[in-house]
Amino acid sequence: MLEKNNPKAWLYLLPALIFMIVFMVYPIIDVFVYSVEEGYNFVSQRSSGFGLYNFSYVLHDTYFLQAVKNTFIMVIITVPISTGFALLIALALNSITKLRELFQTVYFLPYVTNTLAVGLVFMVLFKKTAYSDGLVNLLINFFGGESVDFIDGPYWAKMFVMCFYIIWIVLPFKVLLLTSALASVNKMYYNAAKVDGTGSFRIFMKITLPMISPTIFYLVITGFIGAFKEYSDAVALFGTDLNAAGMNTIVGYVYDMLYGDSGGYPSFASAAAIILFTIVLTITCINLLVSKKHVYYT
Amino acid sequence: MKVVLDSLTKIFPPRMGKGEGVTAVKDFTFMIPDGTLVALLGPSGCGKSTMLNMICGLEKPTEGKIFFGDDDVTDLPSENRGVGMVFQNYALYPHMTVYNNIIFPLGNLKGKEKLTKEQMKERADKVASLVQIEQLMQRKPGELSGGQQQRVAIARALVKTPRLLLMDEPLSNLDARLRLQTREEIRRIQRETGVTTIFVTHDQEEAMSISDVIVVMKDGELHQSGKPQEVYDDPANLFVAKFLGTPAINIFEARVEKETLKIGEDTVLNVPGVRDGAVIAGIRPEGFIYDKEGGLKCELDRVEVMGRDISIVSKNPACEAPVVRSIIDSDERPKDGVKTVTFKLRPNKVHLFEPETGARIRFGRR
Repeated sequence: MLEKNNPKAWLYLLPALIFMIVFMVYPIIDVFVYSVEEGYNFVSQRSSGFGLYNFSYVLHDTYFLQAVKNTFIMVIITVPISTGFALLIALALNSITKLRELFQTVYFLPYVTNTLAVGLVFMVLFKKTAYSDGLVNLLINFFGGESVDFIDGPYWAKMFVMCFYIIWIVLPFKVLLLTSALASVNKMYYNAAKVDGTGSFRIFMKITLPMISPTIFYLVITGFIGAFKEYSDAVALFGTDLNAAGMNTIVGYVYDMLYGDSGGYPSFASAAAIILFTIVLTITCINLLVSKKHVYYT
Repeated sequence: MKVVLDSLTKIFPPRMGKGEGVTAVKDFTFMIPDGTLVALLGPSGCGKSTMLNMICGLEKPTEGKIFFGDDDVTDLPSENRGVGMVFQNYALYPHMTVYNNIIFPLGNLKGKEKLTKEQMKERADKVASLVQIEQLMQRKPGELSGGQQQRVAIARALVKTPRLLLMDEPLSNLDARLRLQTREEIRRIQRETGVTTIFVTHDQEEAMSISDVIVVMKDGELHQSGKPQEVYDDPANLFVAKFLGTPAINIFEARVEKETLKIGEDTVLNVPGVRDGAVIAGIRPEGFIYDKEGGLKCELDRVEVMGRDISIVSKNPACEAPVVRSIIDSDERPKDGVKTVTFKLRPNKVHLFEPETGARIRFGRR
């Protein structure tokens, strides 16, 4: 029998607990405190009082609003497309037998490639300078279109590259998980459905999809969270001055407020971080509620 | 609907393209009469599940043809054959309720056959009451016992009123008591619906007790088929004789001299018309008559009481198994202190076989 509140148990938990408290619990509390301290001075470490001014400032900051808009567009575009696309690839991988391992490796390669290296490749593919065009522009020209500057040009072009990039980066992991989820569905269900005369689309909708729904749900939740925390990929494509490029994200805004050229405002940064936290929490809760109805766990 | 299997052969290709393939079913020809319950019986690995998969279309025969009635269905895909199948592990969709599992096949009907929700419910209710699961309709398969899952699987297979019902080891996942009960159920359901049914089993008792026809298979080949009692009473070869019957048939090394059967030094039976030489004699447990005048002498080991009958367990050096098991009426039990028991034999319970091939040697009666 295990006794409750065994001191030994606490002892074993201690190393992990110390790390958790020092590097997670304390900073989180600190962020909350910062976010409500008004007029906080980094050097003197003093503030003039407590209130919600920081939030009000951040919510009226055009850079922040731009960052929120950018982030939401990225989330709404990349999460469904990357998950759906990964599912298609996983289904294809699952239905071939020849060269399956080869293709699995190929699809997994982007995952082990450095973000900045991929960013460089994207620059080469999409850039346009006064003297040269990237590969994509050469293609557009070939089909009779006008060159577009994807890196420094119009907003939609930049957003297109950004989303393309994010999807490209997150795809391998999703493909990997979905392939193994598909492989783990017992073949007897397919046989049973086949004998009962079920068409392949109905088999997919009524059997495959519910059976792999936990994995899909996991990918959607982590996909939402990951996309809301988007930052490094934007830097890889557009450089560190994201505000100037108009491609900043919420995390990027937090970073800029702390360390960027306009930095040194931990209170504003904290307020923005809290807002991001609230958004992610809300979305995740909605996801959980929706999943209760549609996800089947064995 | 009758089912005709015409010289079916299934060879699984070798792994990695090397060596020879595995022949699971070899030149199998058989006709299953309309409305009968047929058991495919054989030890595991004899190709009986492969047979079933070929009939339902999940496997394609390497050679041979399958007819449903007069239609050649050999190349017809599984989904167009209109068979119902109960899988060994039932294969109930775990994320659907029992009701949704049962109506799932109905959702596949297209065109004119398409059913409204009310019609589906009607059909589901009808089949549910047939297998007596009306009160389980809103549960998930995970919340059911093995026997209940079995019933749901049967209901799902029957709901679209298939031309043919196939069952793969339908009772193997049930405990002993439930197995007895469920096999009666299967018999009853088959009688009530009149659907031609083929079921696969390795349990000879199961096969004998409920089927109209049993088909004994070994190594992919048909060994014997017929009514259970006929196959039991008149086995075609040593394998069939050994495979059918509990307790199993007693096998002796014996020889025939001048039309009499000799086991060891004992002269046990007249076998007119059999040439002299070594034979294998199979004697059913109920073929022994405990009789002081009897020719077969055995050393008594013990007596097992089973109520109506008793089973005399004795030893004989010529017997293949360590003990000879004979079932006799309990009134005739040997007295205490008896060391040697002697038996007369019932000629119709004694079967002779060629020692090399295992083929049956028939003898006349005088």
